[in-house]
Amino acid sequence: MGIDSISPRAARRIILEQSKRANVGHIGSCLSVVDILCALYGAVIRVSSPEDRERDRFVLSKGHAALALYAVLALKGWVSEEQLDTFCGDDSYLGVHPEAALRGVDFASGSLGQGPCMAAGAALAASMQGSSRRVFCLLSDAECNEGSVWEAAMFAAHHQLHNLALIVDWNGQQALGLTCDVLNCDNLPERWTAFGWRTSVVDGHSLPELTAALAETGDPRPHVILARTCFGKGVSYMEQGVPITQTHLSVHRINWHYLPMSQLEFDLALKELGDAR
Amino acid sequence: MDLAAADKRILLLTGDLGYMVFEPFRERFPDRFLNAGVAEQNMVGLATGLAEAGYLPYVYSIATFAALRPFEFIRNGPVLHRLPVRVVGMGMGFEYGHAGPTHYALEDIGVLRTLPGLMVVAPADGEQAATALRATALVPGPVYYSLGKSDGVAIENLNGHFEPGRLQVVRHGRDVAILSMGSVAVEAVAAAEKLAGRGIEASVGIVSSFNPDPVADVAKFLSPFRCGISVEAQTVSGGLGAFAGGVIAAEGLHCRLRVLGVRTSPDGTSGRQEDRWRKHGLDRNGIFNTALDLLGVATTLEAPVTAGAAG
Repeated sequence: MGIDSISPRAARRIILEQSKRANVGHIGSCLSVVDILCALYGAVIRVSSPEDRERDRFVLSKGHAALALYAVLALKGWVSEEQLDTFCGDDSYLGVHPEAALRGVDFASGSLGQGPCMAAGAALAASMQGSSRRVFCLLSDAECNEGSVWEAAMFAAHHQLHNLALIVDWNGQQALGLTCDVLNCDNLPERWTAFGWRTSVVDGHSLPELTAALAETGDPRPHVILARTCFGKGVSYMEQGVPITQTHLSVHRINWHYLPMSQLEFDLALKELGDAR
Repeated sequence: MDLAAADKRILLLTGDLGYMVFEPFRERFPDRFLNAGVAEQNMVGLATGLAEAGYLPYVYSIATFAALRPFEFIRNGPVLHRLPVRVVGMGMGFEYGHAGPTHYALEDIGVLRTLPGLMVVAPADGEQAATALRATALVPGPVYYSLGKSDGVAIENLNGHFEPGRLQVVRHGRDVAILSMGSVAVEAVAAAEKLAGRGIEASVGIVSSFNPDPVADVAKFLSPFRCGISVEAQTVSGGLGAFAGGVIAAEGLHCRLRVLGVRTSPDGTSGRQEDRWRKHGLDRNGIFNTALDLLGVATTLEAPVTAGAAG
């Protein structure tokens, strides 16, 4: 396991290819969290196999980024290429949101605000069982609109679930606008700190920063890592919200929450990816 | 307590309720008791995470808060993950009478039985509740229990019998069939007794669980009758009456069913459970009058059925 053992570029390529093949959106959200998932599965989460009961647990609470998880699981060798090609197919285990029936997925998600609660339960279980298992949960900044997130936050802090780490994909974008325009969460660090959490702010596209922040410490508090990310990271026109071919749409990052890529957009994205690090 | 003593996987989580109920458990199993605070959604989420790790968590609150507030957490947690979480809702129907409409569990069974992966258990008395808890302790999937406050009332001839997906027949008659569920079944039995005083013999069957549904038993129970009545302290759209009506239609039975339940929106009033039953025509007089009406017998000597009881 090394800091770059799972290549974010390879994961991004899978995301683009599968989104194009299935002709679906949510591309911007997936690209936003790729580096976080690569850091987690490349260098942080201890899991010898998905069947290992003593493995660390992971909850992708922002389930709409499941394709990014599938990409990482594929690069881990737990999801085959044939399975990947069933993404968004009929009777497939690889839907837009992850299902626990798929090998390598610990918890299903798709409804925002539920992951942190399940993760807190998983962390509590590990602690009660005297296990060194850690639990990681990735949620979105807009997901912090959900009251249940703060129910879990209160619980985890009160019970000092030091083995629980939440990573917030802090990209400032939500489904119908910018978080600062919908329900402003600019002061997320202050909020989590006030709830009794150890709070870190990192560059969500820096594997070294993420890996360092996710390392175990002796701190008894649960840990939230607020990962500053860019929606659509890695594809410049998505980062800027430019709909290349759908010219009737105005420029807005939210476009790439929904849009599937045209062939031209796909070619441009792949070309850019090829030139990336 | 006995279950917890026999199975170390059992945990008890409460949403900050259970004063004078859980103290003995807490004393005996301090490491397996957890007050999750007034946060039922998180409590069900916690239970999902705990069950995934091998625990058997029982989560407890007043039925409306246990079943309705975290409904989607139950649906996407233990049901979707097929995990053995037990959701325990206290106070079925109108048991929290004076507490008012927020505390009336009138939809929990109807709502939760829409989830095929969730066994729904609604015992009619304390003895049956004890049997049901034991009988379902090792069910591999999730279970919802709608429990009544144990007030010492026992249903005659029920004798604590319980089996998932089965009907318990506690009285045999040939004139009319009465199906009931939950603690209001005591009124169904009392109504049958009153009917006997008028020479009308009623069969009484108790439904105590759904998923699996007691389809075969209820069909067999209703098939000899031209008239039947269902009695439940639930709204009529999703519970026992809706189920029984479905059985009658699907099996092509010639049984006319009068569904007694709650048909009106809260009007701001509250009162003792018995008062609420009476108001909605679920008390023994209401059931009795419905039976007479259904059978075409004059009701002159009995209390009139109130507007809320129109069946």
